[in-house]
Amino acid sequence: MAPHDIRRPFKRPAISDQQKRREISLLRQAQNRRDAQHQARCLASTVLSLQNQNSEPLSESAASEELEIALETETGPEEVDSEHQARDIDVREASKLKGAEARRWFARQLMLPEWMVDVPDRLNHDWYVFARPAGKRCFVVSSNGTTVSRLRNGSLLHRFPSALPSGARIKDVSRSTQSYCILDCIFHELDQTYYVIDMVCWAGYSLYECTAEFRFFWLNSKLLETGACAPPSLYHKYRFSLLPVYNCDEAGLHTAYTEAVPYVKDGLLFYNKHAHYQTGNTPLALVWKDENCSQYVIDTDSKGQVPNQQQVILAVTR
Amino acid sequence: MGPMQSAVPIGRQHDNSDAWVSERRFYPSPSDSVVSSSFSLIGINTQIQYGNGSHPGLILKNALDAKEQHRKFELVQRWLSLDEGVKTQIKTFLLQTLSSLVPDARSTASQVIAKVAGIELPQKQWPELIGSLLANIHQLPPHVKQATLETLGYLCEEVSPDVVEQDHVNKILTAVVQGMNASEGNNDIRLAATRALYNALGFAQANFTNDMERDYIMRVVCEATLSSEVKIRQAAFECLVSISSTYYEKLAPYIQDIFNITAKAVKEDEEPVALQAIEFWSSICDEEIDILEEYGGDFTGDSDIPCFYFIKQALPALVPMLLETLLKQEEDQDQDEGAWNLAMAGGTCLGLVARTVGDDIVPLVMPFIEENITKPDWRQREAATYAFGSILEGPSPDKLTPIVNVALNFMLTALTKDPNNHVKDTTAWTLGRIFEFLHGSTVETPIITQANCQQIITVLLQSMKDVPNVAEKACGALYFLAQGYEDVGSSSPLTPYFQEIVQSLLTVTHREDAGESRLRTAAYETLNEVVRCSTDETAPMVLQLVPVIMMELHQTLESQKLSSDEREKQNELQGLLCGCLQVIIQKLGSSEPTKYVFMQYADQIMNLFLRVFACRSATVHEEAMLAIGALAYATGADFAKYMPEFYKYLEMGLQNFEEYQVCAVTVGVVGDICRALEEKILPYCDGIMTQLLKDLSSNQLHRSVKPPIFSCFGDIALAIGENFEKYLMYAMPMLQSAAELSAHTSGADDEMTEYTNLLRNGILEAYSGIFQGFKNSPKTQLLIPYAPHILQFLDSIYVEKDMDDVVMKTAIGVLGDLADTLGSNAGSLIQQSLSSKDFLNECLSSEDHLIKESAEWAKLAISRALSV
Repeated sequence: MAPHDIRRPFKRPAISDQQKRREISLLRQAQNRRDAQHQARCLASTVLSLQNQNSEPLSESAASEELEIALETETGPEEVDSEHQARDIDVREASKLKGAEARRWFARQLMLPEWMVDVPDRLNHDWYVFARPAGKRCFVVSSNGTTVSRLRNGSLLHRFPSALPSGARIKDVSRSTQSYCILDCIFHELDQTYYVIDMVCWAGYSLYECTAEFRFFWLNSKLLETGACAPPSLYHKYRFSLLPVYNCDEAGLHTAYTEAVPYVKDGLLFYNKHAHYQTGNTPLALVWKDENCSQYVIDTDSKGQVPNQQQVILAVTR
Repeated sequence: MGPMQSAVPIGRQHDNSDAWVSERRFYPSPSDSVVSSSFSLIGINTQIQYGNGSHPGLILKNALDAKEQHRKFELVQRWLSLDEGVKTQIKTFLLQTLSSLVPDARSTASQVIAKVAGIELPQKQWPELIGSLLANIHQLPPHVKQATLETLGYLCEEVSPDVVEQDHVNKILTAVVQGMNASEGNNDIRLAATRALYNALGFAQANFTNDMERDYIMRVVCEATLSSEVKIRQAAFECLVSISSTYYEKLAPYIQDIFNITAKAVKEDEEPVALQAIEFWSSICDEEIDILEEYGGDFTGDSDIPCFYFIKQALPALVPMLLETLLKQEEDQDQDEGAWNLAMAGGTCLGLVARTVGDDIVPLVMPFIEENITKPDWRQREAATYAFGSILEGPSPDKLTPIVNVALNFMLTALTKDPNNHVKDTTAWTLGRIFEFLHGSTVETPIITQANCQQIITVLLQSMKDVPNVAEKACGALYFLAQGYEDVGSSSPLTPYFQEIVQSLLTVTHREDAGESRLRTAAYETLNEVVRCSTDETAPMVLQLVPVIMMELHQTLESQKLSSDEREKQNELQGLLCGCLQVIIQKLGSSEPTKYVFMQYADQIMNLFLRVFACRSATVHEEAMLAIGALAYATGADFAKYMPEFYKYLEMGLQNFEEYQVCAVTVGVVGDICRALEEKILPYCDGIMTQLLKDLSSNQLHRSVKPPIFSCFGDIALAIGENFEKYLMYAMPMLQSAAELSAHTSGADDEMTEYTNLLRNGILEAYSGIFQGFKNSPKTQLLIPYAPHILQFLDSIYVEKDMDDVVMKTAIGVLGDLADTLGSNAGSLIQQSLSSKDFLNECLSSEDHLIKESAEWAKLAISRALSV
């Protein structure tokens, strides 16, 4: 039981520079580990390739072609054949594609609704409804400091800076360079606004395999955070806007059908809450048009010509 | 029993109070083989290896603990397994030895009794021990009483308070305090009792809540500070220091008396006593700083213990008392590494007081400074300067800045012109304190302006040519000057002087006397900070520094046939140079354009590092290893070309159990290399994994290295993906047992809880890396069997409610990774887990950005998994 040493540090900094070097190294390593982990998490688990498209069950696409009810028809089979050699690429790689390759890839990535020809089961439980804005359906991709919108056929609509993650060349240290987004939008000419109807990838995370319920929730909470819904500015050329989405109960249907919205309506879209984002036509997304809610009840083909046959639905009973 | 007494001839040295009794101190009695073999059982046999597989959990638990604890555990087990009869015999001998006439024999016996008590009392054995010791107290011969009190003291040091029943505690304290009483005529007994009380204070929780008992103990302690015997006075003050931290909240009724006692001791008593008296107030400062920090904290806004503001109340008397001590400097204390005297203790305490009370101290110290700073006696000038330097941390910048603005010029002049080295040393240190606390991007009114920047730098660079201890402090001041410009943006006020500063620092490193007062080290450390805080403007100059430092390092490798002394110096210098290169690599590697230019040196630098490794000194090894980590990060996949040559050193580093820092740093570098090489690291993974697994199973390796090893599993898995398959059967059971051990912390102290959280984080990072590594692989199903356990682990640490933010973030991320990789295979498991509900929701609403981000990712991944 000797006297206890009470010496305290004297004229010395609290930690040595060697300790500081160790600590800085550890910080750097932790940061690098975090980045590596983040990158791994962002690698989408779905690989959406052209080959996969081709191997889809024939019956489904055949059926939809036979009925010819799709306004937004799939790309023809001959084109698929011509690109049989296309490599598998996931959405992450796709976000970096350029030129013709990008055009080919994006031409087949939108989820397309079928006409509503009957009332789905559990419509009031399992479905959302919202008023579709009139305009050009497109994919909006933000990555690497720029934002690009591509039409249904894959061709470029706009290239612009946006407030989406990685959507503009501004220094934002909190975002990794891996970050990118893909939104399913309609560009509304009149107010030069992108109305976002669905979210496919956000900040590098793929939402393909998420339910519509989740995607809409995510879309609503995330888009506002970024400031993408703010009025245009130097680094944000076009405004993005969310749509009011309702449950398909009587009140929701009524509101969607009659409510005044800041855009020109073009029918109602119905989305099954449990459906994943599926490229091409799907019966889990439906479109309804009548003269009360759309100027475009008469179908036209892609050249603006009225086809010989029109699909008509006389009534939908509840 | 005659031989017994002489059989224990070597007394325990006082400076070894916490060492486990070593065999070297016990010579087996030639005539008593039972005792001899038993002593060897207590002491020797530290090399026993456990058979593998007997108690995996046990082995790992010890392997995860410090090696000393493991050894202790083994020895405890050995003792407990001894024959009862033998043990009884030994214990009887020991108790009898307390009556020996040989002081060393008594002293050794009392320590061994305490050790055995430390083993047996927690097992509810040797119940009669305390009773028989207490009976001894009433023995007539004073030496028996003294030895018994000493034994009680050691016993209190060895044994945890919760294994001694309160009735015994009361009796021990009674015996001890009676022995301390002024009425005890024998000073040996009184000293033994006072020292025993120091250890017994931790047992007195209940007694300190009782006013009468507390009053009695405090009175006896205070009286003992007035004893005629200096050792008793010193021991009594040690008790007061211990009481000040253990029973801070009970001190209010006594603080006035204690102040009087300490003031008297500081003024009149011998130095060892006076130092303890000052330490009492330093310790009170420590307590109040902690409490006030908790008051100001974001979380509780409150502290368990209220602040009694003893320092604030004592301030008007305390500060003059401390200022008085500053004038009692020793002539050459600045050259003496081990010096600790009244002036140093007093100044240190003054600094703590300033941190405790803030602004209030300034008006009390200023008159002293003003009166003394220009006096002809160097002691007065130095004391004034030291007082000023001591109060720079604590008071607000608003209060200090005007004073510093006035004082700065004076200080700069003193640093160049004062005839006394001691004054210059303290002046340079004070300038460093000014820059440390009042200069930087967070300070509103800058101390350093365009107008005085040049002058300050000129003076500091000039001062770096002064005697070593002054030059070292000038380097220190420059360090903080540079640090203040850390966040300055793209253009630094130091840019115009950059070249000159670097040149001056390099010149210092070449001084003949740079080995004194750690001057060379200080110069390189400052160079490091100057580089770390440099901006793009000076990047070309940092680049020019690369070949310069490389040349220096090259030169250290040229000298041959060194004496061991020279070799030590060479190793130290290599350490400094590697450290400097590490800082430069990290700096240049952090931006693309400079990294590109730097890469031209990569081959040569790596070659130098490899040659440094060949010198094999632990510290150099570590510094070179750290530097290589930075190089690997900067080089990326190209680092693969160095691997064939570098690998053996990597392995060597991983095997370095002795210097665990080296091992830890090497583990970190494996992570760097994994990220740099990705799948190209595969050829080396068998060796690395083998080594890491050995490290984990070792009970010699310091426990702090184990969590990073688990994280490293994750790094490897992420780099090599499904190729990690072959390591799963080894890594997963390790992770699983470690997870089980770290799931519950109940009853652990703060330090253990902190370690447990580090361990959890490492385990979770391993899981995270493994899951992500296997993602999109056809071998994903190999991980399914592990999912239930991992989810259970997440649930149990959530329920435990003691994880820190880092673990929370990693844990919720693992939930996401599991869902992401296993998808619908784990859907129902995930849904059943608590983590996917309560824990996830808690994380989603967390204030912490990183936790929230991880939680959103987990939610996304789970939602994907469940909806497939």
